[in-house]
Amino acid sequence: MIDNSIMDFRQLDLLAGGDSVIHRLDPRTKVLVTLAFIIAVVSFDRYALGALLPFVLFPVATMAIANLPVGFFAAKVMLVSLVAVAIGIFNPLLDSQVLVRIGNVGISAGWVSFGSIILRSALTITAALLLTATTGFSAICQALGRLGMPEVFVRQLQFMYRYLFVLTEEAQRMARARELRSFGKGGQGIRALSSMVGHLLLRTWERAERIHIAMRCRGFNGRMAASCSTGFGLVDLLFLLGWITLFTLLRLYDLPRLIGDTIMTLTL
Amino acid sequence: MHMADALISPPVGAAMWAVSAATIAYSSAKIRKGLDDHVTPLMGVLGAFLFAAQMINFSIPATGSSGHLGGGLLLAILLGPHAAFLTLASVLVVQALFFADGGILALGCNIFNIGFIPAFIVYPLVYKQLIGTAQNSTRQKTAIILSAMIALQLGPLCVVLETCLSGISALPFSTFLLFMQPIHLAIGIVEGIITLAIVSFVRKARPEILLDALAARPVDPHPVKKLVLAFLAAAIITGGLVSWFASENPDGLEWAIAKVTGQEALQGATGIHTALATLQEKSALLPDYSIKAKTAAAPTDPYGRWGTTASGLLGVLLTLSGITLSGIALRKTAALSRKPLPSGEYGSGR
Repeated sequence: MIDNSIMDFRQLDLLAGGDSVIHRLDPRTKVLVTLAFIIAVVSFDRYALGALLPFVLFPVATMAIANLPVGFFAAKVMLVSLVAVAIGIFNPLLDSQVLVRIGNVGISAGWVSFGSIILRSALTITAALLLTATTGFSAICQALGRLGMPEVFVRQLQFMYRYLFVLTEEAQRMARARELRSFGKGGQGIRALSSMVGHLLLRTWERAERIHIAMRCRGFNGRMAASCSTGFGLVDLLFLLGWITLFTLLRLYDLPRLIGDTIMTLTL
Repeated sequence: MHMADALISPPVGAAMWAVSAATIAYSSAKIRKGLDDHVTPLMGVLGAFLFAAQMINFSIPATGSSGHLGGGLLLAILLGPHAAFLTLASVLVVQALFFADGGILALGCNIFNIGFIPAFIVYPLVYKQLIGTAQNSTRQKTAIILSAMIALQLGPLCVVLETCLSGISALPFSTFLLFMQPIHLAIGIVEGIITLAIVSFVRKARPEILLDALAARPVDPHPVKKLVLAFLAAAIITGGLVSWFASENPDGLEWAIAKVTGQEALQGATGIHTALATLQEKSALLPDYSIKAKTAAAPTDPYGRWGTTASGLLGVLLTLSGITLSGIALRKTAALSRKPLPSGEYGSGR
């Protein structure tokens, strides 16, 4: 489990180091577009299903332009969607009013809203992961800072991210050592965990003290110098306005239904 | 438990974002004024620690399942409420961005449920009141376990409230509550025992850490009062901002009830309601796919029994194929315009 999460970090970091039109955009642009996308998706009412489908365009286009591996994201979405599925699965049981009929088969409102939950979940999860995979964590933090997030918190995020790998690897070594000594059974309980985590905590604390001394030696006075590399350009403006306009239109008009109706009227 | 984007509505998400953002601003200001610069690396590294510690599973006796540390109360005891809150929030941000645990809109909810509750509700109002001064006494042990349990009752309670207020899940409030609270009672006891064990361990090995933790933060006489006022202000502002948004997108439940009872026309008397109804017609999927189709509405269906759904399905199919095709086309053009990277240079040194 620990191995998997470290792999995910590495993978997303590696992807964020790529180079494409989307990677080169100002991080703030990507943060804002992602936010607009998520708000548009979750603002649909609980029975929206078809109207949500056009929103698949955003992740598809991003993955295509930024040359990201589709399989990786699909696997992640499946894994993370479980929570939403666990709660959503009650909808078909509780809401059995027939809402749609396909021929003689009636589909209950519960199944429609369940489908809607799954689609929302897939869309919002992909959007969040794509933001990280095209921007990189520290760039997102800087963007949030420039969008008004307090400096202390930006610093906290960056500091934490810096040591995440160090400490997850340390925890991984400890967990592996415990497993090797426990033969799958005894020694995996609360007592062993508490002393392991206690030791990890003490090591962490001492590490923090050493870091602090090292920072003081280098002239740390409670502030950190930040560098701004990118600027908000014309491409950013077009990207931002383009997507937001599209999201608004797709939110107001049900595209699949419009297409379907047009074709039906033309053919009948 | 993390709230997911898929289960919340924008008003709930926005309100919780406002509360969490206000608390982040408040805590950051407190830390900055603290003038104690050793807190900076300590918070950062402890955030990473919590993240790592949460990955170590332990087996829960007699159930065969496994659990992990939550750590909210532990951090509050070690760092005090402000630093603990910021640290927990940073862990949640990383989880949302790298593992999509929760999600970006639900981040506000999660920061509140998992960070605000232990740091600003349970720590000052329960832990501080109960802990006393006697070292390692039964009273202290009870205080820690009880605080963890309360934190893990309030958190899930908020999850239930936020889910039900959003109205995406059809779970009734009471059912969901009865499902969540007992499970989290057990989780809370385990969390309390682990927190206690770790605190006792630290006290034995490096007692000065805990003494520092208690001494460095004399109890502020009015923090709760100020905080409540700040929230009230934040709630009123967001309430105002969000209400127009909320009224534009009528609550899913209301919409369903209106559909089921067929009372749209009855409520549509006033101007606002008609305006809303047309907007709703525009924005809602399946606006006429209701019970009407089942009973008397067959004649009003222009395309016959298969027609309405056929047009819907056709539209969906065409939309999806359009998106797939554009995806393939975009990838092709992007690949053409991309310079081939020399091997081994792929995205390493950022």
